[in-house]
Amino acid sequence: MRSPTRMLVVLTALLAGLVWAVGCGEQPAEQPGPQPVTGDPYVIGAMFAITGDASSLGIPEKETAEMLEQMINGDGGINGRPLKIVIEDTTGDNAEALKAARRLVEGNDVLLVVGPSRTGTTMAAVEYMEGAEVPLISCAAGIDIVEPAKKWIFKTPQTDRMAIEKIIEYMAGQNITRVASLSDSTGFGKSGLREIEKLMPAAGIRVVTKEEYGPKDTSMETQLTKIRGTNAQAVVCWGTPPGPAIVAKNLRQLGMDIPLICSHGVANETFLKIAGDAANDVVLPAGRLIVVDQIDADDPQRPVLEEYAQEFSKRYGKSADTFGGHAWDAVKLAALAMGQAGEDREAIRDAIESTTDFIGTGGVFNYSAEDHNGLTKDAFVMVKVVDGKWKLAR
Amino acid sequence: MNLPDAAQLLQYLISGLTLGSVYAMIALGFTLIHNATGIVNFAQGEFVAFGALIAISCSTTLGLPMPLAVLIAVAGVALLGAALERAAIRPARRASVITLIIITIGASIFLRGIAMWVWGSDALPMRYFSGDEPIGIGGASILPQHLWIVGIVLVTMAALWVLGEKTQVGKAMRACAVDRDAAQLVGIPASRMVMLSFALSGMLGGLAGAIVCPLAMGQWDMGITLGLKGFAAAILGGMGNPVGAVLGGVLLGILESLGAGFWSGLKNAIAFAVMLIVLLARPSGLLGARGRQ
Repeated sequence: MRSPTRMLVVLTALLAGLVWAVGCGEQPAEQPGPQPVTGDPYVIGAMFAITGDASSLGIPEKETAEMLEQMINGDGGINGRPLKIVIEDTTGDNAEALKAARRLVEGNDVLLVVGPSRTGTTMAAVEYMEGAEVPLISCAAGIDIVEPAKKWIFKTPQTDRMAIEKIIEYMAGQNITRVASLSDSTGFGKSGLREIEKLMPAAGIRVVTKEEYGPKDTSMETQLTKIRGTNAQAVVCWGTPPGPAIVAKNLRQLGMDIPLICSHGVANETFLKIAGDAANDVVLPAGRLIVVDQIDADDPQRPVLEEYAQEFSKRYGKSADTFGGHAWDAVKLAALAMGQAGEDREAIRDAIESTTDFIGTGGVFNYSAEDHNGLTKDAFVMVKVVDGKWKLAR
Repeated sequence: MNLPDAAQLLQYLISGLTLGSVYAMIALGFTLIHNATGIVNFAQGEFVAFGALIAISCSTTLGLPMPLAVLIAVAGVALLGAALERAAIRPARRASVITLIIITIGASIFLRGIAMWVWGSDALPMRYFSGDEPIGIGGASILPQHLWIVGIVLVTMAALWVLGEKTQVGKAMRACAVDRDAAQLVGIPASRMVMLSFALSGMLGGLAGAIVCPLAMGQWDMGITLGLKGFAAAILGGMGNPVGAVLGGVLLGILESLGAGFWSGLKNAIAFAVMLIVLLARPSGLLGARGRQ
């Protein structure tokens, strides 16, 4: 009986190998772009969560970085020299992110590093990057990355503080003064809750109850039932899909008709897809990218957003997303700084810090010694889901 | 802190009962394999995830009718269970229990990887079995899906009871659980019974996943949490006792729901607190272990 079993195992392994090989073959082949630029390249590093459970962030970021490398080189490079981006995979894991940072800095001698995708992986690399004195432009949202400002660390995405400030502005317009908060127990949810507790009471909005759920919970009926027993006028749900989608569904099921306000963490197609009908009427702060066709024609960001959206969908056949946009901003910012400062890391860092009026997909950036994020709450617009589509809420 | 009113309490109980039924199914899967082999199958949660994901693929992507989608999911995961036993457990059957348990942990990681590779890392939606109009009961409100879940779990339990008590196969499985060597001496093919227990566990896990995913969505790593909840339920009821598994599942569901009603930050700690308390205070669980020496 032993040999047939072994045969089976071997067969399964072979089959798995075959399937894997076929899967790898599907990856798009690198298209050779025109390379009019000559000379030694400016080498920068990038690390994203290309695999692992944050790969929905990392994949568009990697794709955007690769696209920009080609676009920049096709457009004369940087100071007439090509840009080369060495990309590493953090797998969304803190230890792997640190290793990736070391490989980039020590193995590839990069001028700066773009990424990583997550707050946790960024924080894991911060100390090392500070010690190595190599600029890092993170694509993660957490406010801890830039607060307090660290000499070599910058970031492009908006923070949850800006999102909550935007929500408070929206609530003032809707005369909402009592809310229930429902946040997930991840770092993202906890950080959001901390800002809600700090900013909302200061703005005269009472948080009548603070509920929590696990990111893998299958039902939030209990928490919502409890909220139903309060006089909250809206639910503020802080989490990333699938949690808020389940909350939206449970809210319907319980027949509660108070507005559901979500975080910018649900501003992606996944949320619309999994929440289905229940997504309708959900309100959230979001970058302008998802409503690029609806923003004012004279919005300074409109040309950049349109360029990114068009180039991305032309190249990859899918729509551009906010996370890829963070990488767009980071790589563009890096290119801009290197264009001014050349190959000196300290000078590059200084150039990033003194960048103002840089128009990106996430907003109009004004960096300074104190502000290594460069954005305000106006990097966000309020968006409402109507008939399963994003609609700018005015 | 405000005490919940009657309608809220009823809602907590109903939510808890629904989730608890799902935990009970998963706990039963643990129990079946434990009785047949003495091991804890840590890939049980992945059975649930595969059940959910296969059902979603069949129903959403292929557009098959719901009953067929669920059937394919259940059959598929039953096969997966049997294959797991043949490919990973049986070749190591002379190894110690702890080795076998570690093999199941390896299998769970492997299956999770496969699930993420096939279905991606995003959550996937699934439509309700029937209707999305909530039904009001005394101030509480439930979905038809809740009724489906509780109903299907009840029918499954009944079918399992009939299988265990009334059929030759069931009696043979129980005999193996009581004393494997003695069972073999009277001509029961014990190794086939082990495979059958894996297939049945797969069936239960697959069914649990298929009925819960319209509420909870399907995601590659959903098995981690659900598997642990089912494990906690099995410990609570008494590992090895099917009635205990059901009782433990339902109790855990209700405890979680009530607990979250008081302090929602506590919800996911409850399963582990229960597990620790039971292991410290009454290691044999509520109903003790039946079917072990």
